[in-house]
Amino acid sequence: MLNFDVSQEMAESAPVVRVNGEIDIHTCPNLTFALEEATGHVTQKILVLNLEKVAYIDSTGLGTIAHHAHKMNTKGYSIYVICNQPQVKKIFDVSGLGKKNIKLFVTEKEALASISPRG
Amino acid sequence: MRVPSATEFVGVVRLAVSGVASRMNFSVEEIEDIKIAVSEACTNAVQYAYDRSQPHTYEVNMRVYPDQLEIIVEDKGQGFDTKILETLTPRLDSISENQGLGLGLTFIKNLMDDSEVKSKIGTGTLVRMVKRVPAPVTA
Repeated sequence: MLNFDVSQEMAESAPVVRVNGEIDIHTCPNLTFALEEATGHVTQKILVLNLEKVAYIDSTGLGTIAHHAHKMNTKGYSIYVICNQPQVKKIFDVSGLGKKNIKLFVTEKEALASISPRG
Repeated sequence: MRVPSATEFVGVVRLAVSGVASRMNFSVEEIEDIKIAVSEACTNAVQYAYDRSQPHTYEVNMRVYPDQLEIIVEDKGQGFDTKILETLTPRLDSISENQGLGLGLTFIKNLMDDSEVKSKIGTGTLVRMVKRVPAPVTA
């Protein structure tokens, strides 16, 4: 009865983790697991986290993402976060995470394009 | 309402609070802010109040006024020294996976109009938060 779903996919240039539903203290461990798994598939130093269908996120989710981003940074990797909802973006802004270890994008297409700008 | 201090019930509290808030004159954004603030307080109760190997409960009380919604989250857990809040600057650049009291309380303070935290070691913690309605509810 978890109001949460996470899936992983390999796009051409990066693993994409897509989350559907609510990220809170209860569902965070599932997100952590998915991020850790996806990190193993990083090819161009980037992992994409798509939050377009996230209905809710709070400091537990941000903490999970921040912690993972920090781990990635120590390897020279980055996380690109897709965030198109004003309320979710607001949370990133309030926490300052959007300016530090992650890069925010509005669409997955934009994020993937910036990884491998092929002609 | 008295809630089991297990992670799966924080979402239940969110549902209840958004149900109450949606009957007041709050905007969608304000209701989302309230949901986050309450979840932060509940998350702190779940994570820090008690030894998690034993089942415990905490309380969430909502008071509806014509001009504001007041929510109190209270536990009878181990409490903490509120003096640490004065010097706490929640940092996201080197955050540990265990979220930490600081960021949750920062959100409550930023998203609600008023908030206060009272705690006594060995007795428990109370977090009170208020969101004012833009126009008084007359019904």
